[in-house]
Amino acid sequence: MSWKVPPHLKYTKNDEWINPEDGTVGITDYAQAQLSDVVYVEITVSEGEEVQKGDIVATVESVKAAADVYAPVSGTVVATNDELADTPEVVNSDPYGDAWMVRLEIADPAELDELMDAEAYAKYCEEREH
Amino acid sequence: MYTPNTPEERRAMLEVIGVQRMEDLFSDVPAKYRYPQMNLPPAMTEMEAAEEMQSLADANLTVRDFASFLGAGAYHHYVPAVVDHILRRGEFYTAYTPYQPEVSQGTLHAIFEFQSLVCALTGMEVSNASMYDGATAVAEAVNMAYHVFRGKRPKAVLSSALHPQALATVHTYYDASDREIVVPHEGDPTADPMSLLDAVDDRTSLVMVQYPDFFGRVYDFTELAEAVHAKGALFGIAVNPLALGLLKAPGDMGADIVTAEGQPLGIPLSFGGPYLGIFATRKKYVRKMAGRIVGETVDTRGQRAYVLTLTAREQHIRRARATSNICTNNALMALAATVYLGLLGKEGLRKVAELNYHKAHYAAQRLAGLEGYELAFPEAPFFNEFTLKTPLPVAEINRRLLDYGIFGGYDLSQDFPSLDRHMLVAVTEMNTKDEIDLLAAALDEIAREAAA
Repeated sequence: MSWKVPPHLKYTKNDEWINPEDGTVGITDYAQAQLSDVVYVEITVSEGEEVQKGDIVATVESVKAAADVYAPVSGTVVATNDELADTPEVVNSDPYGDAWMVRLEIADPAELDELMDAEAYAKYCEEREH
Repeated sequence: MYTPNTPEERRAMLEVIGVQRMEDLFSDVPAKYRYPQMNLPPAMTEMEAAEEMQSLADANLTVRDFASFLGAGAYHHYVPAVVDHILRRGEFYTAYTPYQPEVSQGTLHAIFEFQSLVCALTGMEVSNASMYDGATAVAEAVNMAYHVFRGKRPKAVLSSALHPQALATVHTYYDASDREIVVPHEGDPTADPMSLLDAVDDRTSLVMVQYPDFFGRVYDFTELAEAVHAKGALFGIAVNPLALGLLKAPGDMGADIVTAEGQPLGIPLSFGGPYLGIFATRKKYVRKMAGRIVGETVDTRGQRAYVLTLTAREQHIRRARATSNICTNNALMALAATVYLGLLGKEGLRKVAELNYHKAHYAAQRLAGLEGYELAFPEAPFFNEFTLKTPLPVAEINRRLLDYGIFGGYDLSQDFPSLDRHMLVAVTEMNTKDEIDLLAAALDEIAREAAA
């Protein structure tokens, strides 16, 4: 099994990705595969809200489970993808593109160093499958 | 029926487990706690037990014996024989929660019909599979509104004309929490519903009223709903579902949440329960609604089928994130309401509602015409219940009414000290004209005797 792991992104142990350039956050291809068909996404933060690393920013519900999405780093929410509520299936089909969930203004870029790069994350996914 | 294991089966099981006797299985329990003494009388035969239960029951006078004008949230209505007949079918009576749709289509289908009927009756978009009772449904409405705003609006504004037990339940739920429960004009029934707006601000998640209210009064809440929405809060209405056979649906008034005590729909008074909580809301809030929901889908062969749906809301799937600790329903009572509504249909329900309305209005007219008695709220329209001012304390009147074979109305002074000598009179399709005339004659006589 192999999952898409775009090289320019950073990753968390909870299967979130963040784009270090613009602060966009979503869940990974591995995550959507585990969840199976996503039926609902609720963004639980609003524009202007400050979040700490680890705060819940969204909830994803699939036919199998419901999971929380955590902020990979601390920052201020500058945008939320409100369209996801109407088209939750996009999380399965385009987890790194249209299924972005929030965009953060990153407070402390040093926190990005605590995250995994693409290679480390890919390895992390492999380990879990055994 | 309980069919115990045979001695041979027991011996075989003990052998597989690897012990000599049943008692050996309890060896982990400290000896002194193993067989506690319980002070029980010797066992009775089935005949003796039946005799004892019967004599206990016979000690009570019921609505079968006396004419009743007591309501206040639980009403004496006719329960058609068909209701019990269907309820007592083993498939329904002993059915467990329909977690396995492949073996529970009957139960799920029945609940789906219940949900659909609730929506048709209330004018709302989605209903859950029922809750315990009307009072906890109100508490859950407060809870739901809180979660719709994700805790950013911690205040709920509740009408003082909600059933006192519903308010008490809300207080039980939330007094120890950081939620704010505000009941403006508490204890003062004369306050206009529009005055609730004074307490509404941007920290308010819900404004909730009752329809008809606890004193029997009927208001059109459309304007209030609009004003509440303008302030960004949700609007909830607790209803008498039987009244909806006649009155404007709460959904048409702009309600976001509708709750009800479903007892009037084919459920007997019993001893205060089991009753039926009804809960309905708009589709956009469905994920914040507590309780079970049955949905319609198709199986692998394309046949219509029913399943429990949106289950990730519930505490057995996602416990830490559930918005309520409710994850059950009151299936048998919901079935009773479903059979009742299905049997009567829209026309039949209207007829029952009309009977209630007309008999209550006849009674109000007769009683208000008696010397010493008058309607407490003569301007307010009502359905099948009204508040009567009495010349004597209600407790005294009700004691005297027993001599006439009548259960009098509810003594409002119990909950509202300012309403001393105010009786809440309920009249249903079960009260004959003769009974109403007898009540009038009795109340008249009681007043005259006291004056003499």
